[in-house]
Amino acid sequence: MTDPAPRHDSGARPRARRARALPFLALPLLALLGGCNLVVMQPMGYVAEQQRNLVLASTGLMLLIIVPVIACTLFFAWHFRASNEKAVYDPDWHHSTQLEVLIWTAPLMIIIALGALTWISTHTLDPFRPLTRIDAKRALPAGVEPLQVEVVAMDWKWLFLYPQYGVATVNELAAPVDRPITFKITATNVMNTFYIPTLAGMIYAMPGMETKLHAVINKAGDYEGRSAHYSGAGFSNMFFAFRGLSNADFDAWVAKAKAEGKDLSQDTYTELARPSEAEPARLYKSYADGLYRRILDLCPFPGQMCMSEMMRIDAQGGATGAEAEANYERLRYDKALAAQGNEPPGATAPASGSPPHSQTQPQGMQPRPDMGNPDSRGSGEQPVGQDRPDQIAPKQLNE
Amino acid sequence: MFDNINLQQLIFGRFTIEQIPYHEPILIGTFAGVAVMGVAVLALITYYRFWGPLWRDWVTSIDHKKIGIMYCVFASIMLLRGFADAIMMRSQQAISFGSEQGYLPPHHYDQIFTAHGMIMIFFVAMPFVTGLMNYAVPLQIGARDVAFPFLNNFSLWMTVAGGILVMVSLFVGEFSRATWLAYPPLSGADMSPGVGVDYYIWALQIAGIGTTLSGINLVATIVKMRAPGMTMMKLPIFVWSSLCTNILIVAAFPILTAVLVLLSLDRYLGMHFFTNDLGGNAMLYFNLIWIWGHPEVYILILPAFGVFSEITSTFCGKRLFGYTSMVYALVVITILAYLVWLHHFFTMGSGADVNSFFGITTMIISIPTGAKIFNWMFTMYRGRIRFDVPMLWTVAFIVTFVIGGMTGVLLAVPPADFVLHNSLFLIAHFHNVIIGGVLFGMFAGVTFWFPKAFGFKLDEFWGKVALCFWVSGFYVAFMPLYVLGLMGVTRRMQHFDDPSLQIWFVIAALGAGLIALGIAAQIIMFVVSIRRREQLRDLTGDPWGGRTLEWSTSSPPPDYNFAFTPVVHDSDAWWDMKNRGYSRPLTGYRPIHMPKNTATGAILAGLSFVFGFAMVWYVWWLAAVSFAAILVVAIHHTFNYDREFYIPADEVSRTEGQRSRVLEMA
Repeated sequence: MTDPAPRHDSGARPRARRARALPFLALPLLALLGGCNLVVMQPMGYVAEQQRNLVLASTGLMLLIIVPVIACTLFFAWHFRASNEKAVYDPDWHHSTQLEVLIWTAPLMIIIALGALTWISTHTLDPFRPLTRIDAKRALPAGVEPLQVEVVAMDWKWLFLYPQYGVATVNELAAPVDRPITFKITATNVMNTFYIPTLAGMIYAMPGMETKLHAVINKAGDYEGRSAHYSGAGFSNMFFAFRGLSNADFDAWVAKAKAEGKDLSQDTYTELARPSEAEPARLYKSYADGLYRRILDLCPFPGQMCMSEMMRIDAQGGATGAEAEANYERLRYDKALAAQGNEPPGATAPASGSPPHSQTQPQGMQPRPDMGNPDSRGSGEQPVGQDRPDQIAPKQLNE
Repeated sequence: MFDNINLQQLIFGRFTIEQIPYHEPILIGTFAGVAVMGVAVLALITYYRFWGPLWRDWVTSIDHKKIGIMYCVFASIMLLRGFADAIMMRSQQAISFGSEQGYLPPHHYDQIFTAHGMIMIFFVAMPFVTGLMNYAVPLQIGARDVAFPFLNNFSLWMTVAGGILVMVSLFVGEFSRATWLAYPPLSGADMSPGVGVDYYIWALQIAGIGTTLSGINLVATIVKMRAPGMTMMKLPIFVWSSLCTNILIVAAFPILTAVLVLLSLDRYLGMHFFTNDLGGNAMLYFNLIWIWGHPEVYILILPAFGVFSEITSTFCGKRLFGYTSMVYALVVITILAYLVWLHHFFTMGSGADVNSFFGITTMIISIPTGAKIFNWMFTMYRGRIRFDVPMLWTVAFIVTFVIGGMTGVLLAVPPADFVLHNSLFLIAHFHNVIIGGVLFGMFAGVTFWFPKAFGFKLDEFWGKVALCFWVSGFYVAFMPLYVLGLMGVTRRMQHFDDPSLQIWFVIAALGAGLIALGIAAQIIMFVVSIRRREQLRDLTGDPWGGRTLEWSTSSPPPDYNFAFTPVVHDSDAWWDMKNRGYSRPLTGYRPIHMPKNTATGAILAGLSFVFGFAMVWYVWWLAAVSFAAILVVAIHHTFNYDREFYIPADEVSRTEGQRSRVLEMA
């Protein structure tokens, strides 16, 4: 877990005032708001900054109509109360062409403006679109190579691969300031959302599919990234540290990974693929060849058939008979995880072997000590599948 | 599949005694509470010898009024369950910080948020909406019942059977943790192999049949059974909103059924529509579920719009401003409801063209919605507004709903959604429209039509107390979530590390506490109103100075609703009749043709419940038997030719004579 300290970055204060302008939060708890970090409203990356501006601009546009509506509603309700004998009462007044035109065109005008804003901003801020600027004032200098990062959402941790540097990390992402970053994002088995609020908007991480995100961080600092899409029991701890570093610091960070990290070999990856939560940040000096491509192709473990291979076979007319049977077994990607003793992320009784609603923790979960539970499981060192091979989840199915 | 079969599995499927959570104190406590209350209710029914009337007059009743009331009662009970979940989530999030883990471990907490979302939408909001439509629509169009009275009873009990299946999951096995829309791959058999998702699927399938049939029924009723003279542009606006809602139901719910069938095929037969392996793709599920899910949002809100329209014009003593534009707004919303589903997953990585298309169509919906708000506003303008409780709900609704609408349009801007999606800002937004829109609408509607249904008004003092707690509770509970969303905090978190967030969750929990007081005040309101019913009695049948036909008959209306089918000349038919000095015809009664009660609906729903339960637990023999029984009972019912009777003219004459005497007293 990252240090909460950077949340109170003093450089963020002037922007906090703009956030206060949002009227629907402003009234009750101004003092409280001043003390908290509205990271979405005070981002440190150019993409997120434009998104923030868009939030403010859209809100402002809508307030043009929302405020008068609320004011008029309350005024009419008060003025035309039954006890106010002076107010005009006209029980048959129910049509006015001028008013009808007004009440349809006023929102229409706002929506035309907002629609134009939407069309333009959706295209300029398309996460798949490479950046052309590094911030509002500076265009992208020619010849700057974007930092490539391959992101894998795993059961309750994040794996980052740096193909340009050959290093990998878990739950820690570092990037040099003002250098565009190209993220390629996938997941191992269930969906997550890759989200660094200070850097850029979120995008889903989906197994067997790749999404992309282009972003840049403009200010050095320690920030927080997270998953925003529920992915099973360990979801609440799917945070990672995001570190914006100067170029020199980034080089030093890579060098540190090279010097101190272990190798993310095939075996290490298999171990890493077990569910676990709140993994400490970890650096790897190198990683197995083609690891990201194989994860994306749903064949990270030995013996599995890649989706691309299956599609090639299909394109050539498909396999038949015993060959097809064999291929089928090699294609059972999700089952392969379970066969290695990994409890599925949403495993429930009876499949997990733990009784329903019990306080027994799912595999990979850290014990919850304060619940006075004698049989809390450990932190994932002894997966249930190995202790009790007869209770691995899929055995329950369709038997 | 058959290699290691054993007798226990053959008989009990995957059920074992371990599936009863007898070691979970929270659940045992809940179970004890439910059991005590259940026994108490059964004892009271026995004591007052109510079993016979309960069966004859309610369970087997095909009277749309009673069915509407039962829908609302069911929704209210489920509201308590859904709200209990909400309180647990709020308190867990308020205390689970740092080293403190709270009292709900993730695998329990995750079931609670799944159950909360699913119950609140399917078993609270939907039955409330269906109940009000069932009650009011036939009365408003001057009909004696819905088009298919038996189907109506069947729909009700199917909905209840689905709800019971969800409740059973509390005590037998467990519920889904795959969120309220059960997104795969997490909800697939490989990722969630337990019974939870199966409970979810079968509860929704069973209740979904009820909802679809009820939609068909009400469409047919509105199209075919309007009183003479009531052309489409003279329909009360609530009927228009019901028509649009039920068209949405008829067109959208089959998609839900289909997508859940696909998910069941994945889970039960090892197919691969949405799995990772063998070419399945979860994105297909996202699209399908939201092609149902977005219209569902309008299915819930349109009837609420209708209720507010009726209430505004009634309590302002004034014709609804811009009736025609209201109708067109409803129709436009109905159509556009099908063109916006992708805005629920802008972050999935569709191209910019696709995202902007769906973003802009979503914004366009705000135009007719905005027009409706203006219309309510201008209905108040030059009105003479009586601030009875339903009107107070309406004002609270308008103010709250436009805030929710604004944040909704904000979320419709795709790049803005990228930073707010799946955050607590989103949670705050949809609670803002669902509580501030749908729920306020239902409370307003219940208060509005209660005197029609029972012959006495609800206690005003407690109604206002409830309103104050609900409205203030809503703001205190959900405004902090907007703030938290802007702090980048996402939904479905069981635990937080950052202590600076805690204060906001504590405030939100206090808000939930205020809402709890609101619910308590509502319960007190019902008790007090029943005790004071003689003081609150309405003899006229028209306690609010109503405008539509339901107020022209007695409260509660007779079984046949109208002794003579009214003839309609104006859109506010009853207002028009009163203005033109309408006098009730007192002679010339004829026998009235009515449908007969039947137990088939309840029996079929009971069997469906057994079928669903058997499927959840893989008790194949029981599933087969109950399914066969469903077919047999259904076919048998088609041979039931004894399903109608005539209320003799004498009896109608007696009932109407009684009404005349009551009217003289009033």
